[in-house]
Amino acid sequence: MAGHFEPLAGGGAAVALDEVEISILRSLAVQLLELIGPGEEQGPDAADPLARLFAEGPSEPPADPALARLFPDAYGTPGAEQDRQQRAYAAEFRRYTENDLRARKREDALAVVRSLDSLSVAGDRAAVLRLTPEQCRQWLGALNDLRLTIGTRLEITEEDDGEALFGLPDDDPRKPMVMAYLWLGGLQETLVEALMS
Amino acid sequence: MDSVSVAPVEIERPETGESAYAVAEPDVPWVTLVHNDPVNLMSYVTYVFQSYFGYSKDKARKLMLDVHHKGRATVSSGTREEMERDVQAMHGYGLWATLSQDR
Repeated sequence: MAGHFEPLAGGGAAVALDEVEISILRSLAVQLLELIGPGEEQGPDAADPLARLFAEGPSEPPADPALARLFPDAYGTPGAEQDRQQRAYAAEFRRYTENDLRARKREDALAVVRSLDSLSVAGDRAAVLRLTPEQCRQWLGALNDLRLTIGTRLEITEEDDGEALFGLPDDDPRKPMVMAYLWLGGLQETLVEALMS
Repeated sequence: MDSVSVAPVEIERPETGESAYAVAEPDVPWVTLVHNDPVNLMSYVTYVFQSYFGYSKDKARKLMLDVHHKGRATVSSGTREEMERDVQAMHGYGLWATLSQDR
């Protein structure tokens, strides 16, 4: 069961994780939480209580490429210049949705941290993590957000870039991130299979 | 009454391209498009189409393959509000989605 999820009778899924795997997953989930951050409260209106009350989200896409991938524009064709109307619609959509989206993604990443913290590892034996169907949904979301983030950092932009990364030499500085990316892909793939079985 | 009856005529006959767009024929449906990206797993995209839209496994898989091979697929259609809801849900799942008017 190491490194992959299996379906549980009655719904949900289980995976065996050793101490190192737990610590890597937890660290990645915490980094994702830090990346997503509190969103709009960082803005220039943070000190204005009235602005906080209405809590409108930002109008502009995030500058960080990974965040921009997690929170894409809702109008316009990817890779093409938006027209004025599309920009206006995308800005309005973002103001009303991005905060909720950030909250959801934070909740998913937090669910991963909490379920990992509930595990007790005895010696060098692997612990078995059992997830309810709802926790599975949150794990799927967080695993996907992590892969999108790492994929952006690794600048995976074409289908075959993924293939090229498999063959990196051991001393390549990207190697650890590539290993994590592939490992997370295996976890996510088997979790999807477990849920669809 | 005269002054009241004039206004609707102007609204129905917009003269500039911009206002024509703004009041664009309300009957023309909007669509949700999901775009290809190199990170999302094919199995995960199929799972999302099945669990969010309630599509059959065959339909979900066909849409996923369209996304993968053609670069994008129309996954739903309806009013602008409905499509904004679908796009928001797709972003929640981490899929790259946009909406546009299907003209």
